Amino acid sequence: MAYSEKVIDHYSNPKNVGTLDKASKTVGTGLVGAPECGDVMRLQIEVDETTGIIKDAKFKTFGCGSAIASSSLATEWLKGKSVDEAVKIDNMDIVEELNLPPVKIHCSVLAEDAIKAAINDYRKKNGLEELVFEERIH
Amino acid sequence: MLKLPIYLDNNATTPMDPRVLEAMIPYFTEHFGNAASRNHPFGWEAEEAVDYAREQVAKLIGADPKEIIFTSGATEGDNLAIKGVFEMYASKGNHIITAVTEHKAVLDTCKHIEKAGGEVTYLSVQEDGLIDLKELEAAIKPTTVLIAIMYANNEIGVIQPVKEISAIAKKHGVLFFTDATQAVGKIPVDVIKDGIDLLTFSGHKMYGPKGVGALYVRRKNPRVKVTAQMDGGGHERGMRSGTLNVPGIVGFGKACELCRIEMEEDTKRISQLRDKLENSLMQLEEAYVNGNKEHRLPHVANISFKYVEGEGLMMGFNKNIALSSGSACTSASLEPSYVLKALGLGDDLAHSSLRFGLSRFTTEEQIDYTIKAISETVLKLREMSPLWEMYKEGIDLNSIEWAHH
Repeated sequence: MAYSEKVIDHYSNPKNVGTLDKASKTVGTGLVGAPECGDVMRLQIEVDETTGIIKDAKFKTFGCGSAIASSSLATEWLKGKSVDEAVKIDNMDIVEELNLPPVKIHCSVLAEDAIKAAINDYRKKNGLEELVFEERIH
Repeated sequence: MLKLPIYLDNNATTPMDPRVLEAMIPYFTEHFGNAASRNHPFGWEAEEAVDYAREQVAKLIGADPKEIIFTSGATEGDNLAIKGVFEMYASKGNHIITAVTEHKAVLDTCKHIEKAGGEVTYLSVQEDGLIDLKELEAAIKPTTVLIAIMYANNEIGVIQPVKEISAIAKKHGVLFFTDATQAVGKIPVDVIKDGIDLLTFSGHKMYGPKGVGALYVRRKNPRVKVTAQMDGGGHERGMRSGTLNVPGIVGFGKACELCRIEMEEDTKRISQLRDKLENSLMQLEEAYVNGNKEHRLPHVANISFKYVEGEGLMMGFNKNIALSSGSACTSASLEPSYVLKALGLGDDLAHSSLRFGLSRFTTEEQIDYTIKAISETVLKLREMSPLWEMYKEGIDLNSIEWAHH
């Protein structure tokens, strides 16, 4: 299977690889996937408390090139967005941007799940109610 | 100068040796006759070429030329041997014993047998990939007609104790069939010394052409017969109808001859390169060799690099190095390698595996390049892996509740 240029670019030069302090109140962490399934994503956001804008985002991913690219792209999109805007990132936007083939759509779903999990972790830490997302079938 | 890409997927297929091609060429245009045409020189030439190739093939495995049935490859040989014995010996019984790490061509044929009213026992394997001989013997019943155990595994290269298996089969009056596709031409295989009743192998795994293979069917002590699976002109002593693929057979014969003459030298060199590759990669932390290291093909290594995923790993160098992974993402089924899982490997290690298959044409320069490229990619991806970070922090990954999807 050939990868799209954009997947290859994100894989070769991943953006925002790293770790934020998960104990910090301003940091939300989402850990999704499972080692047995062959992909695990950890996505973190750091929110500016006064503006509510995501000022930093980092990821680490165990998985195929498409999973790495999906999470790298997600961190790029997250930075500069408000938390409310970030919730609206849809996995199909990632599929489109990266030209993911049908067998790799689950990578984009995982990235979306990671974003939502990170946001909920942030909300929980800050005494906000966790958002309920529609259960989706993977 | 090192030429890229490097081919290290020789368990999938080997390049054809140029000497094989040379032998084949006249049989496409000049000597194009049908080996079954008995009444003119075109047919005689073709028949003569096939007879010669049959001797070359037989000699490699210590068989009599009359015991060689030409096929289209190992998959056909697996089907013909298993279905053919099942049908031919139906009056004796309907039970077949095989192992869970067999090639799909054997496993799916056995599934077919079950649908046709047969009974199949699938032996598990030990952690090193070898079957347990006691379990094998215990599985034999009065209705057992065939033991089908591969000579060497295609994913991990582990060599089964063929002599011991055949002794057990003989003791109980059961036939022994072995898929020797990965072994023949790479290590000494001798149907007499090994006590094999039926054996299949293929040209394209041993520097010969694709689309041609052989099934060895023993003629003496005991005389074995298989029921034909294709109806037609009754070629190959009635066991395999169909016009013979003369150029393919000529090439296959030549490939067998080259392997017979050069195997010892080749093995010495290739196994040194394999060991260099393996030892260097094992310098990386958390790297594991899959399968028994002692009873193993000299040109194969299967290594798991924990905390990195196989397809992601291959993407780091697959423009320049061709090999296989046990990762789910590389297969159509999205399931990680069933062979590695049968060894008791967790899915995570199965996902993290790479299979290396070296060949007669592999050079030290290629191996050095491969060691460097893979080591660098593993390190790079581990920097990117949340699992690696957790491992380094001393977190037990099994203690985490993963969201399975």
